[in-house]
Amino acid sequence: MVLYPWQPTSAVSDQDLRFPTLMKQPQTMLDKVWDDHVVRSAPGEPDLLYVDMHLIHEVTSPQAFESLALSGRRVRRPDLSMATVDHGIPTVGRELGISDPLSRHQIEALEQNCEEHGITLFGVDDLRQGIVHIIGPEQGLTQPGMFIVCGDSHTSTHGAFGALAIGIGTSEVEHVLATQTLPRAKPGSLAVTVDGDLPLGVTAKDVILGIIREIGVNGGHETVIEYRGSTITGLSMAGRMTVCNMSIEAGAVAGMIAPDDTTFAYLEGRPYVPTGGLWEEMVAYWETIPSDADAVFDREVVIDTTGLEPFVSWGVNPAQVVEVTGRVPSPDSFDDPLERDSARRALEYMDLEPGTAMTDIGIDRVFFGSCTNARIEDLRAGAEVIQGRTVHPDVGAMVVPGSGLVKLQAEEEGLDRIYKEAGFEWRDAGCSMCLAMNDDILSPGERCASTSNRNYEGRQGRGGRTHLMSPQMAVAAAIAGHLVDVRAWQ
Amino acid sequence: MKPVSVVEGQMVPLPHANIDTDQIIPKQFLKGVKRTGLGPNLFYDWAHDEEGEVVSGFVLNRPEYAEAAVLVAGPNFGCGSSREHAVWSLADAGFEAILAPSFGPILENNCYQNGLLPVVLADDDAEEFAKLAADPANSVTIDLPAQRVSSGDFTASFEIDPHVKERLLNGWDQVDITLQSVADIDTYESSRPRFMPALG
Repeated sequence: MVLYPWQPTSAVSDQDLRFPTLMKQPQTMLDKVWDDHVVRSAPGEPDLLYVDMHLIHEVTSPQAFESLALSGRRVRRPDLSMATVDHGIPTVGRELGISDPLSRHQIEALEQNCEEHGITLFGVDDLRQGIVHIIGPEQGLTQPGMFIVCGDSHTSTHGAFGALAIGIGTSEVEHVLATQTLPRAKPGSLAVTVDGDLPLGVTAKDVILGIIREIGVNGGHETVIEYRGSTITGLSMAGRMTVCNMSIEAGAVAGMIAPDDTTFAYLEGRPYVPTGGLWEEMVAYWETIPSDADAVFDREVVIDTTGLEPFVSWGVNPAQVVEVTGRVPSPDSFDDPLERDSARRALEYMDLEPGTAMTDIGIDRVFFGSCTNARIEDLRAGAEVIQGRTVHPDVGAMVVPGSGLVKLQAEEEGLDRIYKEAGFEWRDAGCSMCLAMNDDILSPGERCASTSNRNYEGRQGRGGRTHLMSPQMAVAAAIAGHLVDVRAWQ
Repeated sequence: MKPVSVVEGQMVPLPHANIDTDQIIPKQFLKGVKRTGLGPNLFYDWAHDEEGEVVSGFVLNRPEYAEAAVLVAGPNFGCGSSREHAVWSLADAGFEAILAPSFGPILENNCYQNGLLPVVLADDDAEEFAKLAADPANSVTIDLPAQRVSSGDFTASFEIDPHVKERLLNGWDQVDITLQSVADIDTYESSRPRFMPALG
């Protein structure tokens, strides 16, 4: 059961004056969430921010715990920390133990560290184990207005709830363990407004890939992006998480979406969400978080969804995408010399010729998973594409649910049967081939349709070639054996 | 952390845009539990072929750059993953500073935590240093107190957060600094309204 450490304050205290409802100046959501977490502020120094939730996994934490021990320090707030194993864990044959000695050692180190410091761990055998950014929201640990950190760049996912959520390195993981705070200079604000209905077959993944193509992989540099507009508010929480997840792919510090009734309905009744009077109080607070109508952003980008198509990537960064009906671009079509150089190198690595129709690109593998697209809604959407069809005989395809609970839910709905009968492998939860730290890895030269977030060189295996796309598009590609416009099937 | 003041040494050019941390240190080297010994794995997949043999043409493998201490990179250097292993491997391989027009947000912070100096230059200045770095005989001096970079006759200035600069110059550990504010943290925790989100 949830025990809140905070005591109710009496009447109106000085503390309450920090709260947005009493503020005069119009504020962005970033301003409000930021201000509510400032522990200490001094001229010429970064603000010291209080961390509400620290998510921990096995790959970026062992050195942090080691340094903590060497300096004789303890974890300040183990009750505000939560750990799971995801990056290196196998997705098949777990009952036989973890055969990779290095990964096993990392996982054991996390188990020992959590045990020693009293940190809750959703471990290897826990049904709640899964990708850290899937399980936070799933458990109701992720809540609006929080400041959330994790030693992982896709921490931006949690911003879908109106939380400020940022990825940090291992030294800062140690800092948060020791102090429950993080010093940060306040980033700028970028409003990305997306308006319009999503055309059939076009998903949240296509929205964020389109945004990244528009603003570039460095377009969010030193800013927190607030996604807003009718397209964004029309998305489910799963879709909003997909959008915020890839904020880091636009170079942003974080991404945020204002909490609303969709957010509250998603959260109500989840294990770590309070009930009764406290729930009412929290919702009342959360309703104050969205940006004021007249709030001013440092920069704004407007995107219209009219004519938006499913995107697929052709290159080695997530801005190198094109509509599925499009063709591999020529490097000469880029004005900027650095972009031209990037495109030339990308095509060489991807072994693609300019002018090739995207739908003529054959594939060897399909990876359906990752913190971007492995929630139950994604698995449902992918299964709908199948309609009795089977995976192309030359393609190896796997579905890796985002958590043990997503997997269980899918099995209760019979989705596992649909995938397995179609010829997909049905795996256990983990990061898997998104970054290929376990045995789920491409061989050199293999080409993969992937629902993940990064098409970097070698990301899914040395010499492997990744094409990013939505779950629906990846399932269709698995069946067709090449990239395909899923809209023709719907 | 070792204080950083003036970095002097050889430059090596790698002026591509968006060099991500997956390239700096591929995933197979993230399975350790120590910060040390990662230098030989820096840019592993660019520095080695599929059989693990050294790629002699890769700029960091060229003997004339063996002493390089400053990497000259393109914009958005170190984008992507939060893996601090990227910084540990650069430092272990002898790098003390990186010159680039911009850095990935997490890598930049990771650099500061480890005394590796990320120098943000104007695009034109970064290009000029990349050209100068193409001649291995050219060395560079980065003067952090003066916020100046120079190689031969060419000099450029750079901006850095004054607080970060002070911390680097003094080699201060961030945890030590923050723990001086422990009373503020206590006060914040004890005075927080109960409707503020938190775990229990």
